[in-house]
Amino acid sequence: MLRNRKKRLQKFFIIILLSALGTSLVLFSLNSKLDLFYSPSEMLAAEIKPGYRIKLGGMVEIGSIQREGTTIFFVVTDFEAKVPVSFEGVAPDLFKENSGVVALGYYSDGLFVAEQIFAKHDENYMPPELARQEPK
Amino acid sequence: MFLGFSCLAMGWIWGLAFAPEDAIQGNSYRIIFLHVPASIMAQLIYFFMSICALMHLVWRVKLAAYLIKSAAPVGVLITFIALFSGSIWGIPTWGTWWQWDARITSTLILFIMYLGIITLHSSFSNAEKADRLMSILVVVGVVNIPIIKKSVDWWSTLHQPASISISDGASIDPSMLYPLTISIFGMALTMIALGILVSKLYILTREKNKKWVQSHV
Repeated sequence: MLRNRKKRLQKFFIIILLSALGTSLVLFSLNSKLDLFYSPSEMLAAEIKPGYRIKLGGMVEIGSIQREGTTIFFVVTDFEAKVPVSFEGVAPDLFKENSGVVALGYYSDGLFVAEQIFAKHDENYMPPELARQEPK
Repeated sequence: MFLGFSCLAMGWIWGLAFAPEDAIQGNSYRIIFLHVPASIMAQLIYFFMSICALMHLVWRVKLAAYLIKSAAPVGVLITFIALFSGSIWGIPTWGTWWQWDARITSTLILFIMYLGIITLHSSFSNAEKADRLMSILVVVGVVNIPIIKKSVDWWSTLHQPASISISDGASIDPSMLYPLTISIFGMALTMIALGILVSKLYILTREKNKKWVQSHV
């Protein structure tokens, strides 16, 4: 009886081990393909074909947002490389300078033309009174 | 049950009415008091089910399999709430309700796992065989839990990293953290109460031909 249990316990760990192994093989082979977006330096290094739709993510550079009519121009940075982005339409509420953004669109001739932009929120939550005190 | 509801009510009233609004998001962040407890529970219930699966597979504890079968629908419910509330929050903050990022996708897989566990169990006419196979499926699926947890650190996602961590403390202001903690606690108690209710019914159904049940009826 006791030996049976031991056997079953072994089987249990083998199941866990095998499924963990299988999953990790899949995940490692997919690796960065599971990333939702390219960072600016990754995108420039990957030499994406013009007109090929990708997602670009990073921080909106401070002081880079310019509006011309309904078109917004801004620069996405990962503090290593910078990519200028243009977007026509309504940006989400949280789209602002020095805050995360993900843009869906294509890159051509040094300009990333975004069809859609999403704002990223960071993990910090604080009331407005505290945020004003905090030095930026 | 009562304790769970009152804790949840207290957390929510505090969180929704008295906690200050967020500096960046305004009031829309308040869905955190539903979303975060629901997401934590979605993962904890699965973890609980995998411990039950261990007990059922190794020690052949029948009750453990009953508990898995009863916990699964609760898991479906709470994972749905987590996904749904996340989507509602995503519309004003991200500008989209769905993105195939690692966190959201792995949570969707968890949701499908719960459904798959229930479906697998109900597709067998032999209940004991169903118990066994269901437990194996639960064990296979448990690898998904650490993936959900670490997905925001391993890959670039639209979902933000964890706000509360054991090693780094919380990056969320105490005035919001207290009601959140109470909500999580209340949600846990509510889920336990709900789980007990469901499993009571399920145990009686499964054992309806046994003497101890018939002596009660």
